[in-house]
Amino acid sequence: MTSGTNFDDAKRPAGAAEAHDGPGNLRSPLATVLGRGSAKEGVRHWWVQRLTSVALVPLTVWFVVSILSLPSLDHATVTAWLGQLWTAVFLILLVLTAAWHSHLGVRVVVEDYVHGSGMKTLMLALLTFFHVVVAVAGVLAILKVALT
Amino acid sequence: MTERPLSPHLSVYRMYRYSLLSSITNRITGLVLSAGLILLVYWLVAVASGPAAYRSARQVLSLGVLKAVYVLLLAAFSYHLIAGIRHLVWDTGHGLERSQSQRSAWLVGIASMLLLIGLAWWALHAGGNAP
Repeated sequence: MTSGTNFDDAKRPAGAAEAHDGPGNLRSPLATVLGRGSAKEGVRHWWVQRLTSVALVPLTVWFVVSILSLPSLDHATVTAWLGQLWTAVFLILLVLTAAWHSHLGVRVVVEDYVHGSGMKTLMLALLTFFHVVVAVAGVLAILKVALT
Repeated sequence: MTERPLSPHLSVYRMYRYSLLSSITNRITGLVLSAGLILLVYWLVAVASGPAAYRSARQVLSLGVLKAVYVLLLAAFSYHLIAGIRHLVWDTGHGLERSQSQRSAWLVGIASMLLLIGLAWWALHAGGNAP
């Protein structure tokens, strides 16, 4: 530690631990904080959410405009559209970015509204699996059409 | 356990202020779009499964009930897109004053409504239509 903060419990003046328990003092004792403190990646969620949202603006607009511009949605038309290189590229990017952004967003909703650490962990794990399945299935489907 | 201060209950906020409503709406429309992602991937997998599978998937996708779902998805897309841009503007440090955010909340509501009307009109007039 380069800062002057003293993290060593043994070096605290006697009575320091008791002082933490007093009402009006919001600081947790060191023993409580250790192992539950910052994981040093709090900003990553926020940053990736911004990056994916910036990317999704053109990607989603492109997708909606493209779909609405297709003369029909029959199999031949759709496969011909997906067969174009840039269609496949943008569509894969859309599926991956949307799945990532969705995972980040739904995750926060679960963290906010699902209570009980067991249930919360289970939901978060299932959502992660689910989003990976959606992303892989989407990408593979696009590749299959684009490469045949 | 010592008494700790609690965060204020929702009732202390003025719900009728559109600013708060716009925040929860952004969340709900986000969830709707997450569900829409499933529909998109279902459609893509159907395309990849060949003409016969696609034909039967199209029968499912053109069920009457799903028409309402598509309108809902278009509405969610319109709102989440514009509200998301508002968030990105906020991230640059602009428009955070209370009066500005009240105004931009209304702006988002109106702009997304116009976008929805435009998209719905286009979807209706885009040849034959319905998946």
